[in-house]
Amino acid sequence: MADKILKELTLKIWRQKDAKSKGEFKTYKVHNISTGSSFLEMLDILNEELVAKNEEPVAFDHDCREGICGTCSLFVDGRAHGPDDDVTTCQLHMRRFEDGATITIEPWRCGAFPVIKDLIVDRKAYDKILQAGGYVSVNTGGVPDGNAIPIPNAQAEEAMDAAACIGCGACAATCKNSSAMLFVAAKVSQLALLPQGKVEAARRAKAMVAKMDELGFGNCTNTGACEMECPKSISIEHIARLNREFLKAKLKD
Amino acid sequence: MSVLDSKIPAGPLKDKWSNHKAHIGVVSPANKKKLDVIIVGTGLAGGSAAASLAELGYNVTAFCYQDSPRRAHSIAAQGGINAAKNYTNDNDSVFRLFYETIKGGDYRAREANVYRLAEVSNAIIDQCVAQGVPFAREYGGLLANRSFGGALVSRTFYARGQTGQQLLLGCYGAMNRQIQAGKVKMYNRHEVLDVVVVEGKARGVIARDLVTGKIERFGAHAVVLATGGYGNVFFLSTNAMGCNGSAAWQAYKRGAMFGNPCFVQIHPTCIPVHGDQQSKLTLMSESLRNDGRVWVPKKIEDAQALQAGTKHPNDIPDEDRDFYLERRYPAFGNLVPRDVASRAAKERCDAGFGVNNTGKAVFLDFKYAIQQLGRDTIEKRYGNLFQMYEKITAVDPYNNPMMIYPAIHYSMGGLWVDYNLMTTIPGLYAIGECNFSDHGANRLGASALMQGLADGYFILPYTIGDYLSKEIQTPKINTNSKEFDEAEKHVTDRLRQLYDIKGSKSPDHFHKELGHIMWEYIGMAREKAGLEKAIELIAKLKGEFYKDLRITGEFTAMNNELEKAARVADFIELADLMAHDALNRHESCGGHLRVESMTGEGEAQRDDEHFKYVSVWEYKGDEQAPELHKEVLEFENVQLTQRSYK
Repeated sequence: MADKILKELTLKIWRQKDAKSKGEFKTYKVHNISTGSSFLEMLDILNEELVAKNEEPVAFDHDCREGICGTCSLFVDGRAHGPDDDVTTCQLHMRRFEDGATITIEPWRCGAFPVIKDLIVDRKAYDKILQAGGYVSVNTGGVPDGNAIPIPNAQAEEAMDAAACIGCGACAATCKNSSAMLFVAAKVSQLALLPQGKVEAARRAKAMVAKMDELGFGNCTNTGACEMECPKSISIEHIARLNREFLKAKLKD
Repeated sequence: MSVLDSKIPAGPLKDKWSNHKAHIGVVSPANKKKLDVIIVGTGLAGGSAAASLAELGYNVTAFCYQDSPRRAHSIAAQGGINAAKNYTNDNDSVFRLFYETIKGGDYRAREANVYRLAEVSNAIIDQCVAQGVPFAREYGGLLANRSFGGALVSRTFYARGQTGQQLLLGCYGAMNRQIQAGKVKMYNRHEVLDVVVVEGKARGVIARDLVTGKIERFGAHAVVLATGGYGNVFFLSTNAMGCNGSAAWQAYKRGAMFGNPCFVQIHPTCIPVHGDQQSKLTLMSESLRNDGRVWVPKKIEDAQALQAGTKHPNDIPDEDRDFYLERRYPAFGNLVPRDVASRAAKERCDAGFGVNNTGKAVFLDFKYAIQQLGRDTIEKRYGNLFQMYEKITAVDPYNNPMMIYPAIHYSMGGLWVDYNLMTTIPGLYAIGECNFSDHGANRLGASALMQGLADGYFILPYTIGDYLSKEIQTPKINTNSKEFDEAEKHVTDRLRQLYDIKGSKSPDHFHKELGHIMWEYIGMAREKAGLEKAIELIAKLKGEFYKDLRITGEFTAMNNELEKAARVADFIELADLMAHDALNRHESCGGHLRVESMTGEGEAQRDDEHFKYVSVWEYKGDEQAPELHKEVLEFENVQLTQRSYK
């Protein structure tokens, strides 16, 4: 499909100097944007124009720009990662927008992810949840041969579905309770499905859920919004597995 | 003796590593607790090293510029990781993996290092399985393998098209466990801008906190750089936006020599550039060439119609299509190595046969595979890649040929290291893509992940122990010394110099200009006149950069423009070294095609008589040319042959 040119777009962007300052929306215009450009390239163009005017560019998080690192994190027109399903913000393209459109761009809104600057938030809370138990406790070396324990194909595939999580935070940012359940469930489920992770499944589920609660994420009320906005289509069935693992662990206490 | 001592152990190739391990120093558990190690970068190499060293008992401090170690660019590797398991019973072995890696690298890598890499490859797979990496499995429950370019056996392990992600999350998990245990202190959103050398030894780093803008000092008994490659010197590449060469470059300026800087890999199957607003190129996995056929039109008028958008590729009949890889390389066809496929695409496009509006694209067509195998099979094999392609281009690759073009992907060159992975600064190590050591002049697919994890899990933890066993009497490094003062001042002054230029053009403006120079003159094909021109243009650009750079925002605060400016400043200097290195290497080898060194048939011509060495560059000051040292490569276990894929 040949690229077209969007003559003018109006952008309403959240600007906030730092964590302590009050933020507000500011309105900008950009012109002559190719529909073949990515959404973040459109922001690059805006930023180049701001620099040319000696204004400070809009700070936003991004890195790989191919949908896998999980760094980009924008609320576009009220949806995490924008209007397309199953993509990250960096995979969103301008052909999704009409000429003359007004686009609202905000950071993740979630108490556990405070704004650092403009559209950048602090997602250390997700690291901390994983530090509490999101791994198999093995040291380097002294492990059995990779083929020592056969794993049924379907089980490995399901573990991979869960393992596809990129830790972007869209689930918690979308959830009306700011719950991190889908994120926690993805890791608990991946490792509970594999024999290597099963050994400490109970300990893991308890530790990660406790850390999630401690960090101020809310409870899950099964609205399913997280699954809708997950760029990797991670299913809330994994939350069901997390609940089972958690209950099993608690019953053993 | 040369200033370079590669420290390759004596003895037969297959015994070198075990003999070496048997004779190097080891630190006792009680003493490990007293020793500090800094690791810069937390991709596969840095992450696995951080976890492994902390498990051993060392105190590790790790840095990444990203907001989490989980986002390092190793995560983007799609295809897989090689290992010599021979699970497929197709006669793979440590020797075969070693041989194919040496040959794929066009005989410009060190035999002993590559053999060791092949030797530890199997343990990597075992380790990752134990961590819960969900590798693809056969219905019997055992691990699956697939084929990759440049190899005669199936030895690539994979997790869908997300192998890098899964391996990285495995070592990130291992590192998280050590963070929880208090053995790794992790600094996210920190960029290391200098290495501190005290009495000839690396003793720490200077880092900038990217959130507050504060410059901070960190001391340690040894420093490990795992900062990845410098492909972004070309501006457009498949690297992440933040990937940079700054820590390695500053180490070079402190005395760590740089090996083969001109060796960069150009990957043949990337989505073509769509216009001047583009910020980044997206790779489509090499595995696509298993089933896709590469072509351009035979008739120039068809090509012109495609460029003008007046003709649809599906309307060009088979007899008017030039399957140029199959035509030129009947033996390997569409599966020739990356460098060969890239050059062939450029040759057709330069001749006017490019198929998109910029004339810089060729087709990768799945029509034939779909006819033969059915859409379902193709969807199963490449579904996620096809979806990614359609998201970016809005073209459905099941019903239209894909368009692809080569792009910068990986740097084989890097900091020179000896067999222990130590640079020419004692106590400073370089691992993963950051060093030069294992891929020669061209890297084979699925070998980057292997090298990163080999270095971090199974090589560095042994070799660094040898160095640290002589440091057990050294107390904690005091960062209140004149060396730390000097280094901190150096970093602050350098950033302040850039900030105070107050010109009119953004860092990206200069970065794009640099990219144009690099791609034009130091890209796929290089020649003397072009390289000399590039050196002139780079010098001119450097002058403009220091006159007209504009950095908005505050100095001591989060400032993405300041970050970018410092990286671009280093890229400009690195570009100059790359040009000098390319100029010196008057031969074609691997990814490096020298126009003056081609066979009568237009194929790359290596010159073993004059260039069978690693070019190792020593920094001599900003105003002086760098000095070239040569590490002559000895091949005792393989026969050097001209690579032929015909």
